[in-house]
Amino acid sequence: MSIVDSLFYTKDHEWAKIEGENATIGITDFAQGALGDITFIDLPKVGALLSQSKFCATVESVKAASDVYAPLSGEVLKVNTQLSTQPELVNLSAYDQGWFAIIKISDIAEKDKLMTASQYKVYVQELSK
Amino acid sequence: MEENSTLRMTPLIQEHKELGAKLAPFGGWLMPIQYSGILQEHLWTRKNAGLFDICHMGEFIVQADLSKCNFSSLFTIDLEHMPQGCCRYGFMLNQRGGIIDDLVVYRIGQSQWMVVTNAATTDKDHAHMRAILKGEFKLENVSAVLGKLDLQGKVSAKVLVSLIGEEILKLDYYTFDYFTVLGEKIIVSRTGYTGELGYELYMPNQRIVELWHKILEDKSVLPIGLGARDTLRLEMGYGLYGQDMCEETTPLEARAEHFICWDKEFIGKSALLEQKEKADYRKLVCFIADSRRSPRHNYRIFYQHQDIGQVTSGSFAPSLNFGIGMGYVEKEIAAGDQISLVDNSLLINAKIVAKPFYKFGSAKTKEIRNVYSG
Repeated sequence: MSIVDSLFYTKDHEWAKIEGENATIGITDFAQGALGDITFIDLPKVGALLSQSKFCATVESVKAASDVYAPLSGEVLKVNTQLSTQPELVNLSAYDQGWFAIIKISDIAEKDKLMTASQYKVYVQELSK
Repeated sequence: MEENSTLRMTPLIQEHKELGAKLAPFGGWLMPIQYSGILQEHLWTRKNAGLFDICHMGEFIVQADLSKCNFSSLFTIDLEHMPQGCCRYGFMLNQRGGIIDDLVVYRIGQSQWMVVTNAATTDKDHAHMRAILKGEFKLENVSAVLGKLDLQGKVSAKVLVSLIGEEILKLDYYTFDYFTVLGEKIIVSRTGYTGELGYELYMPNQRIVELWHKILEDKSVLPIGLGARDTLRLEMGYGLYGQDMCEETTPLEARAEHFICWDKEFIGKSALLEQKEKADYRKLVCFIADSRRSPRHNYRIFYQHQDIGQVTSGSFAPSLNFGIGMGYVEKEIAAGDQISLVDNSLLINAKIVAKPFYKFGSAKTKEIRNVYSG
């Protein structure tokens, strides 16, 4: 299971890559592994306003549908349209080709509620015990 | 969620753990849900061959001369006219016509039978049979000592030719015989739950691990979990007991009238005849979504803005790349009709289709050699 150093993480296994005013968001490698083969992803619309910790997307695996929550608040600037035909990219490349959306961060102070990579690593180890 | 400590385990539990399987409770058993991933396992079984640990299912050996006991009244199946060496799918019903279990009966002798039941219902079925049976009979629950491996897929016959010999090719769909496997004389039937050419091997539990490894020596065979077993059966439109049928549903509602022999007496028959005459019962229908988005168990079914029923099984169909499902509807509805599957604010557009969803299953082929060498 991989965790990328420069990203920020939620307890619900979403990640955010913060670059200036914007953030790219997605779900973690741990999350995709737990879900199994991903078959469908319902992404937010461009222009939608996301609120931190609130519902922003649905991920379906063969067995179940799961909610994804926004790691940060902000307006959706762009979504990864490739996921509509190749949702398996999330299984193959959760932090790179499997990104969900890019948002314009509305409150950078919310970053303090997220975990760093080392904190997330400890968190996942506890869960796996 | 059931506690793992109270769950039963098959003789293969260590093998599943070593293969890195995801394990989960199913019908009171801790079972492998997937090994490499449901999609890959599903597609591999359709193309090559998959091996399933089905040791959790129930088996009963029954000595019953049909003229000396009421064994036949337990089942919707025409036992009397069933030749030795045949097996038949059918139902055990309650007085209301509700399904106690769906099962397969094997005629192993003129007066000797094997009844193969679902895992979660084995004890209930045993109690029911004991309560009903009158006359001269002997009923033995062999579930704890008899294991079962299912080998399914176009290449399965080829694998068994290597293991058993050419004589395996004589088996037609829904027939069986005794074959010598690893020195044991065991029942092998040409049956399954995937829609592909396939076999079920009934091996004593103490030899199951050995048989598992022997079959997996063939590199065209991969171990397959219950996750892919579920998507494979759903693509064929096969119902799952406890989900698509239960004691509150009848075979007429489950659209399985062809598994009822009306020319004999059986428990639940009068209730079914009454239901058939009234003809206003709900029916199981199959539907396909217009996208990869999948209907799920308990979603509501809408037709022309009216709530007409509920989804009982739903999943992504790996062979079709669409969401599929089945459920009961209170209204007459035909193939081609547009419906919506609704869960709170989610709405999936779908259309009613005839089963099977997947039309290319090899289960009933008469050209086994072509299938497996092709």
